[in-house]
Amino acid sequence: MSHEHVSNTKRIWFVFILLSVVTTVEVFLGILKPQSLHLNHFLGMNLLNWIFYILTIFKAYYIIWAFMHMEGEKGSLRWAVVSSVIFLVLYLLFILLIEADYIFEVFKNSTIKWNF
Amino acid sequence: MESTVTTANSEEKTWQGGNEPMEASYGKLMMWFFIVSDALTFSGFLASYGFSRFKFIETWPLADEVFTHFPFLHGVSAPMYYVALMTFILIFSSVTMVLAVDAGHHMNKTKVTFYMFLTIIGGLIFVGSQAWEWKNFIKGEYGAIETKGGSLLQFVDKEGHRVKLEEFAATLPEERERLERKKGYWFLEEASLPTYSVAEVQAGFKAHPDLLIRTEVIYNDDAVSKKDTKINHQLTKVKHKTILTRTESELRLSQASLVIEGANLHHNEYGTKLFADFFFFITGFHGFHVFSGVIINCIIFFNVLVGTYEKRKSYEMVEKVGLYWHFVDLVWVFVFTVFYLV
Repeated sequence: MSHEHVSNTKRIWFVFILLSVVTTVEVFLGILKPQSLHLNHFLGMNLLNWIFYILTIFKAYYIIWAFMHMEGEKGSLRWAVVSSVIFLVLYLLFILLIEADYIFEVFKNSTIKWNF
Repeated sequence: MESTVTTANSEEKTWQGGNEPMEASYGKLMMWFFIVSDALTFSGFLASYGFSRFKFIETWPLADEVFTHFPFLHGVSAPMYYVALMTFILIFSSVTMVLAVDAGHHMNKTKVTFYMFLTIIGGLIFVGSQAWEWKNFIKGEYGAIETKGGSLLQFVDKEGHRVKLEEFAATLPEERERLERKKGYWFLEEASLPTYSVAEVQAGFKAHPDLLIRTEVIYNDDAVSKKDTKINHQLTKVKHKTILTRTESELRLSQASLVIEGANLHHNEYGTKLFADFFFFITGFHGFHVFSGVIINCIIFFNVLVGTYEKRKSYEMVEKVGLYWHFVDLVWVFVFTVFYLV
């Protein structure tokens, strides 16, 4: 944390407005589901979901950096927390989602059926 | 005082104890440790949700058809508005928390008290909203049929709008009493019975020739499904659930085995069985975090009131619970995206 103890009320309200605007955008996109975004895919995921995930990471960044005051911490603490979580989460998602997609293919294309 | 707030900071001998190599106190570092491990726990849950969803990618329920309730708006379909409101409440209680921490840096007891109080209120409103959301989810709205093979059948009218079981189910002169312990042996009992029996739903369906069946399968307009004669192509839309023709609907309904109303851990009227399990488990675990957060906030709030931190000359405890509270908000951001948006 910063040791000079300056008041950063202004920044807090700015981040609040930012997070609110982003959430509003997400909700409106989620309700409208514009066809152009929903039906076009990039790297196997539709553009709408890409937008949702990017905005989620954006919000997470501001919550951690501004609210949890990560921006005032020392580099060693920042790296210790953020890099370990990001690495482990990406790894977990990678193995689990690939495996799940494989199981989906097995159910779909082979003689095994789960639902009939 | 030394045990809760470390102030020593010698220049030399960085790794020999008695100082803070990361310039964060012991308590704060331990909170970060906890947050990292808890973040990995939640990641595990959300990743396993992703696993199940990818496994059943063609039949997973569509969130904007499941969460459509808003208080005092009965029968109005308001997808996601309520959960958006909940998100705002949680973000706002995060803001009041960070304002309390900020006031603590200035040793302003009145302001810390005020903002901590607002944070607790926000947390309580959020937990209450979640309970209401659960209530609607468990109660259900339309009802559905489960077939012998385990797939789920829902009912729509000729415009493709959902139809409730009570709107068409027939009343047959049959009686089926619920088996309770007092009526048989002590180990014999069954869950509460649905309002209608399978035969009543089937009879009602026969009597209403306009009704059609909607399956769990999400329709993709590829060459194979375009030629599929079992699908009602006028009503089925791309990336929506598949609606069957009347002949096929009757055939499917003849294989019915259970009437499903609402949701529990074994069955739910929304789609894949795992969907309800994950909903209960992940939002429940998050709700439990919010609840414990409220309790911890209350403890700190009373400590602020009696002036513990004033005497300690440091409001660092507020900062530590603040970290936890923001983390709960952070988790909700991800749960919101994964459960309600994507």
